[in-house]
Amino acid sequence: MKTCGATPGGPSLDGIDLSKQTVIQGVIFRDGDQSSTDGVPNGTPVANGHVRLLDATGEFTAEVPTNAEGQFRFFAAPGTWTLVVQAPGARVEQRITAVQGVPSDIFISL
Amino acid sequence: MSRETSLVSADWVQENLKSPNIVIVEVDEDTTLYDQGHIEGAIRFHWRDDLQDGLIRDLISKEKFEALLSKSGISNDTTVILYGGNNNWFATYAFWYFKVYGHQDVRLIDGGRKRWELDGRPFTTEVPVAKVAKYVAKERDNAIRAYRDEVIAAIGTKNIVDVRSPAEFSGELAAPAHLPQEGGQIKGHIPTAKNIPWSKAANEDGTFKSDAELKEIYTGAGVDLSKDTIAYCRIGERSAFSWFVLHELLGVTNVKNYDGSWTEYGSLVGVPVAIGA
Repeated sequence: MKTCGATPGGPSLDGIDLSKQTVIQGVIFRDGDQSSTDGVPNGTPVANGHVRLLDATGEFTAEVPTNAEGQFRFFAAPGTWTLVVQAPGARVEQRITAVQGVPSDIFISL
Repeated sequence: MSRETSLVSADWVQENLKSPNIVIVEVDEDTTLYDQGHIEGAIRFHWRDDLQDGLIRDLISKEKFEALLSKSGISNDTTVILYGGNNNWFATYAFWYFKVYGHQDVRLIDGGRKRWELDGRPFTTEVPVAKVAKYVAKERDNAIRAYRDEVIAAIGTKNIVDVRSPAEFSGELAAPAHLPQEGGQIKGHIPTAKNIPWSKAANEDGTFKSDAELKEIYTGAGVDLSKDTIAYCRIGERSAFSWFVLHELLGVTNVKNYDGSWTEYGSLVGVPVAIGA
């Protein structure tokens, strides 16, 4: 399946005051077509995933389960963070830099 | 109070699902996960809707707790098995809560929903019909619950353990990072508290570390476990997790959970506050 819209895929940001929040969010897919070059996430949403947020020193900060669409969201602080995605049979780490005002919207493929 | 009496493995749960004297309860802040799937036979408690008074900020009364358990098919001799998401935060809160009201046999599923899901163990969407039981609670046990005046008096005298993330301890964040950073209270921590995040006690899959590792987490941070200890976080559920580690897994008896936690302390007028690491 492919998502529509210009950017990959965390939950809707409606109702969130982005001027005050530092949002890190995204979507987890598996079994996607890695040869696709159109930049649009494809594959099956991972609805039973767990996403951990580690701070710049590697310290655990928070963890959320993915929703039925494979999406997750954190409200963090500006800086460098690491996402650790766990799902049955899979584990992926990704470093990101978060800023206030512009949500970090991440696509992760397992 | 030991790993053997307070903790069960996912394997044990699957082998004992049909045991007549067991009631499994999923406890969380987001009980919609229960609708998506839960352990066979499990009922659910909502952390706020079922376990908070709602009018005043407190546990539900003894009478309401008795009514909740009775309608849930839990009697005084039932073995209650708790689990949940969020690394068992709200399940350990419920464990502590059951102990406050004196329940004898309550146990936690090691790793909670997360380990269960990562193992690919089965969930069901079938909601069981609970048999009605008769539950009689004991008076609240304040030996495991700290109130604000005791916490203020503990500054510089007892162990105070802040189990929140380092960013919350230092005053950078007001809440865990998966929650909106809101709230009228100030940021920071209780002076002389040691920051030993709850997560230090858990493996990445949500299960608890070994007893030797757990003890080292506290003693290595300079906590003298022979002294009285008070654990706190933001709303008292992560500190219940750390209370569980100390009181139940390590058998340290003089440990209290300050469930008022930072949402209370950080709103008190005139009390001392510290910031920074």
